[in-house]
Amino acid sequence: MKITVKLFANFRQERFKVQEFDLTDGTTCGAVAAQLKITEEELGVIMVNGRHAALTQRLQEGDSLSLLPLVGGG
Amino acid sequence: MDKIFRVNMTDLTSSVEEVPANWAGLGGRALTSTIVAEEVVPTCHPLGPNNKLVFAPGLLSGTPAANSGRMSCGAKSPLTGTIKESNAGGTSAQQFAKMGIKALIIEGLPKEDKFYSLHLTKDGVTIAEESELIGQGNFAVIEALESKFDKKIGVMTIGPAGEAKMASANISVKDPDSKIRSHGRGGMGAVMGSKKIKYITIDSTGAGAVTIADPDKFKTAARVFAKALLDHPVAGEGLPTYGTNVLVNILNEAGGLPTRNFTYGQFEAHDNISGETMHDTIVERGGKTKHGCHAGCIIQCSQVYNDKDGKYVTSGFEYETIWGLGANCCIETLDDIAEADNIMDDIGVDSIETAVMFGVAMEAGILPFGDGKGVIRLLKEEIGNVTPLGRILGGGAGHVGRTYGVTRVPVVKNQGIPAYDPRSVKGIGITYATSTMGADHTAGYTIATNILNVGGFVDPLKKDGQVELSRNLQIATAAVDSTGMCIFIAFPALDIPECLPALIDMINARFGIALTGDDVTELGKTILKTERGFNIEAGFTNKDDRLPEFFNTDPVAPHNAVWDFSDDEIDAFWNF
Repeated sequence: MKITVKLFANFRQERFKVQEFDLTDGTTCGAVAAQLKITEEELGVIMVNGRHAALTQRLQEGDSLSLLPLVGGG
Repeated sequence: MDKIFRVNMTDLTSSVEEVPANWAGLGGRALTSTIVAEEVVPTCHPLGPNNKLVFAPGLLSGTPAANSGRMSCGAKSPLTGTIKESNAGGTSAQQFAKMGIKALIIEGLPKEDKFYSLHLTKDGVTIAEESELIGQGNFAVIEALESKFDKKIGVMTIGPAGEAKMASANISVKDPDSKIRSHGRGGMGAVMGSKKIKYITIDSTGAGAVTIADPDKFKTAARVFAKALLDHPVAGEGLPTYGTNVLVNILNEAGGLPTRNFTYGQFEAHDNISGETMHDTIVERGGKTKHGCHAGCIIQCSQVYNDKDGKYVTSGFEYETIWGLGANCCIETLDDIAEADNIMDDIGVDSIETAVMFGVAMEAGILPFGDGKGVIRLLKEEIGNVTPLGRILGGGAGHVGRTYGVTRVPVVKNQGIPAYDPRSVKGIGITYATSTMGADHTAGYTIATNILNVGGFVDPLKKDGQVELSRNLQIATAAVDSTGMCIFIAFPALDIPECLPALIDMINARFGIALTGDDVTELGKTILKTERGFNIEAGFTNKDDRLPEFFNTDPVAPHNAVWDFSDDEIDAFWNF
């Protein structure tokens, strides 16, 4: 299945902003993060198609996965 | 001993008074709101003789506590008609605290149509007639006063917008780099302008250190507190690197980035104006990615943004400003937004109210969406020159909406709704609706828990838990706003268990008292109820605690969310 991965803030350093991935069916958000060498501890927010998701959520064809460190502002 | 400085602009006299017993334990917002509630007639005209302008440093301002240099400014707001507290960094809070000024209260109106200045020393206030700097922008005022006095002089000033009593006028406060921080929201600059005060200078010569009842206990608590701030990923790493503008991309992802005057929840050009792009641009042009709004700030969320030639354009370049002129007005270039930010500082208008206003002005057809140069021109030539159109624009988003017959006007209690769409981030909608201040994200920043996973997680697209979340945050924020602390200490306070007790220990050590966590919560509740009491006396009811109608009827993409709280659900906020 094809999914889009978007990275933000310092996760982009030495990685990428947006990239398409071809993954085996049923890959979880956590597995993608692990593949990118982003640890669970570093992860602040995970979104799939603009909705907050858990590490264990399984991705589906065409999903957009966003990974962010803990950041804030306001 | 701390004193109250009182200035009467009607007879041009001033006095130094003892602090009444019931004000002694208060600071910042708790004190300004208490004074306004006690001394201002709630039904008065905000620009008339019965309104009062009050400044008060926080309980911990002037001490070595990290991030404690915020000053509160309060009055009845000419923008909202409610009570108002607006806090800012800069040098004034620490100067006030060290000079023993618990609060400055300015009352009355001069009989003659002349402007004045106030000069504060530790011994009292001098009132002088001012003519030279009338009509000048805030940067010129600060420069002139630094050459008249010295580099250390504290300055609070209004620009042409404040002189003209525009409802979006702010009060500019000199920061440690002689640039500007702002008491932005609610038109406090118009209140200062109505009292015909162009600027206030603060000479803290001879002021000692703030007294601390138990220095050892204070030092221990201050260390724990500072460590918590630095250990937290938001306060210790994210904010200093990307500034508050890191939020553009996140809110865009979540579909909560109000775009094209609150028509959509995502902006196509989001990456052009994002915190990540801004960070790289600043580095490339030799600006500063880290910068504090006051001495003793260890979070350093501010920055210095330069132009292509490496020349200073602006600092304190915030997410709300960039969102407002960026996504909400569809302006795609950071350089135009930065230039507009500098002009807003100079002419003295709130950058949130003004950005929201421009979204409405674009919808009204005054200028096209995306017209950055048009915004710059209208700021300089119309608002800055106080033309009739400038006065309309300077009256804020609601004012422009009424003048031009626009129905999509994002305001609550006539104050512009900031950078988070309440349909897709529902907790913040409860804060906008119920805040005693009008639409104000800082009053109860549910974004932390709705979007950023700080202090747990409450799903932004569902109604469950939002009222309770907003209530708890508004109570806590009212208390934090009374300490002189920057609101960003809330991020570590929500996640790190040692943080809040250390903050309370510092207050206890400073004053030799024994407040508990429950006492601090009670203080927050009391402040909110005092403020609401004022608003009710001023004529506000629960029907004013509502969002504009279009949020109920127009779904916002990409989640097609609408605002769907019932009146009873919103009103339950006040059940405490």
